[in-house]
Amino acid sequence: MALVLTEEQQLLRDTATQFFQERLPIANLRKLRDTKDATGFDRAIWKEMSDLGFAGIMISEKYGGTDFGPVGLGLVLEQAGRTLAASPLVSTVLLCGSAVQLAGNATQRQDILSAIAAGDRIMALALEEGPHHNPTHIATRAEADGNAFKITGKKTFVLDGHVADQLIVAARTSGNENDRAGITLFLVDPKSEGVKITRTLMVDSRNAADISFDNVSVPATAVLGSVDGGIDVLEQVLDIARIGISAEMLGLVQEVFDTTLAYLKERKQFGKVIGSFQALQHRMATQFAEIELCRSVVLDALSALEARRNDVPLIASLAKARLSDTATVMTNEGLQMHGGMGMTDQFDVGLFMKRARVATASFGDGNFHRDRYASLEGY
Amino acid sequence: MEALEKFRQETRAWLEENCPPSMRTPMTSEDETVWGGRNAKYANPEAKLWLDRMAERGWTAPTWPAAYGGGGLTKEENQVLQQEMRRIKARPPLSSFGIWMLGPALLEFANEEQKKEHLPKIVRGEIRWCQGYSEPGAGSDLAGLQTKCEDKGDHYLVNGQKIWTSYADKADWIFCLVRTDPTKKHDGISFLLFDMATPGVEARPISMISGASPFCETFFTDVKVPKGNLVGELNKGWTIAKRLLQHEREMISGMGLGGAGSGAGLGGLEQAAKDYYGEQNGRVASPSLRDHITRQKMDGKAFALTMQRSAEEAKAGQGPGAASSIFKYYGTELNKRRFELLLEIMGTKGLGWEGEGFTGDEITVIRSWLRSKGNSIEGGTSEVQLNVVSKRVLGLPD
Repeated sequence: MALVLTEEQQLLRDTATQFFQERLPIANLRKLRDTKDATGFDRAIWKEMSDLGFAGIMISEKYGGTDFGPVGLGLVLEQAGRTLAASPLVSTVLLCGSAVQLAGNATQRQDILSAIAAGDRIMALALEEGPHHNPTHIATRAEADGNAFKITGKKTFVLDGHVADQLIVAARTSGNENDRAGITLFLVDPKSEGVKITRTLMVDSRNAADISFDNVSVPATAVLGSVDGGIDVLEQVLDIARIGISAEMLGLVQEVFDTTLAYLKERKQFGKVIGSFQALQHRMATQFAEIELCRSVVLDALSALEARRNDVPLIASLAKARLSDTATVMTNEGLQMHGGMGMTDQFDVGLFMKRARVATASFGDGNFHRDRYASLEGY
Repeated sequence: MEALEKFRQETRAWLEENCPPSMRTPMTSEDETVWGGRNAKYANPEAKLWLDRMAERGWTAPTWPAAYGGGGLTKEENQVLQQEMRRIKARPPLSSFGIWMLGPALLEFANEEQKKEHLPKIVRGEIRWCQGYSEPGAGSDLAGLQTKCEDKGDHYLVNGQKIWTSYADKADWIFCLVRTDPTKKHDGISFLLFDMATPGVEARPISMISGASPFCETFFTDVKVPKGNLVGELNKGWTIAKRLLQHEREMISGMGLGGAGSGAGLGGLEQAAKDYYGEQNGRVASPSLRDHITRQKMDGKAFALTMQRSAEEAKAGQGPGAASSIFKYYGTELNKRRFELLLEIMGTKGLGWEGEGFTGDEITVIRSWLRSKGNSIEGGTSEVQLNVVSKRVLGLPD
């Protein structure tokens, strides 16, 4: 159990802190939003991030990665969360990179992992089909057709789906909707005939898309992992993403907390700073406690991944549920304590609230994960 | 490393030989707790034997210096001892405010004579101590205490009243905060030790909502105390008091982790829910209850991880992190919520008071539910804890 950072990890955290503050401050997200940027993140800065080793942080040195491991990635994501940095870390590194690492054959790994680590390929996982996270609810079908498969169906909430150079699509090769067995992962070129991509403009100004597949033909070599055995890979990949996005949310809640605390020490009413009022002090102290617990949970979840502990699913659900719930409360508290200014676009707290909502809905919210936790625990 | 392994082997062998069989079974009621003292009664003679054997080696206070009767163990050796005791499920040989609270303060603040006099008796469980802190008019505002202590030349004269004095009716001595300068607040308090058998001391148990009476009102009427019983300097007792409170809070925080009296006999929240509410396809039959249980379990796990993180940070030399300031608040609130949930789970079986209609475990849970309400009051209320976090950790102004 490692709940304390090593020197190397502290160094990485400091590098990440400086990078996001200087290169991807909140102003960057505002600019992307206000200019209606077509890509939704800055590709040049993504290249800088890969030069720093962030894109290849989970990828072995053999493929040009830095192999710094999950704790390292968590530290980077936490700092990204503090500045609401828009980047393909979640879609490309957490989801697709992990999927290829776990299930890819030698050719796929060589091709894809080295391209991800170099910052040359953006990828997206096309999984969800309804308004709630549900990894087995897959109606999209892939019918075997000689030496190929034909994919037909509709996907939604595909993060970075409209800019991806390559998609991973979860489709059903056998069984019925909601069956665990029968799901297969396919590598799909988004330019293939029959793929229709519609960008969805989200409240957090970050990227997502609806993607439909109409008889899209892919060769058998496009199968990632085994036919019908996709759920095992998906679950591991999703747990990595849940823990990673929890780390991002930790940075988010910590930033809202710090900003709010600073505001309470500066804003005056009734002739004194409002931070001197006990009604506000106790609420902040309560949130302080909640965030300290969040930090322990995220660190434990990251080290569970790193040590390949067998309780990863349990701690992933604990982390995602706790961070989702705390992010909701903390952003609401932060906004309320900023008073009318919190309602303005000029202040950042609203941006954090918007991002918190989207992050909460990604890969299962508190309701999903409490239900899953109870099932995993056998009650 | 090698020396520590040798210590482990020796300790294991010694425990195997010396821990009586009945001391390796879980306690069935709080009455079995060994508190020691002049009037101690041992229903089970093996409890006394276990205490004496452990005290002989100083292992009732393993890390205290051997010169004062302690075990003289290093932190690492003590860890080994605790692990080995857990391994055979050995009961603690002695529960004692002397060990948990007073001893560490004496080691830090008392003179040589006082240490030699009191510490060995604490180690051996000969003297049972109680804590005289709160007063009817000084609860959260503890430094407002008024128990008067006058210098009468060759002795001090103490007059006043304490309240919530745990087990004062059973204790032999008291460590007590008294006012030695009425013109000052924090700087007019002194730390005094005296024998509860001194004329003028009277302890009256208070009936609590749980039906038990662990606390007393304690009255002092012209109590004569030798001047050598003052610990530290006159009017500097507040420093000692604060340090002691720290130990007390750490002790209470652990409750959030669900130890004795936590309803463990019912097999945990989820098992209790299946038993009392029923299950459907392996799930707790009520989805709402199931969700509440999960919230509770998740918070409990997150809290346990935070205590662990804090311990690791301390070990890594990063000092007691800011996280430790929330333990008392969070642990006690968590414990209270846990009992509320347990009662919901038990339904009408969670409403019994005594008698044949309920199992022993059920009655224990009900009584503990009521007892738990005090957790967020004693040792500094939750509100005081939040004040401390606001001011000391977050730097928010008055």
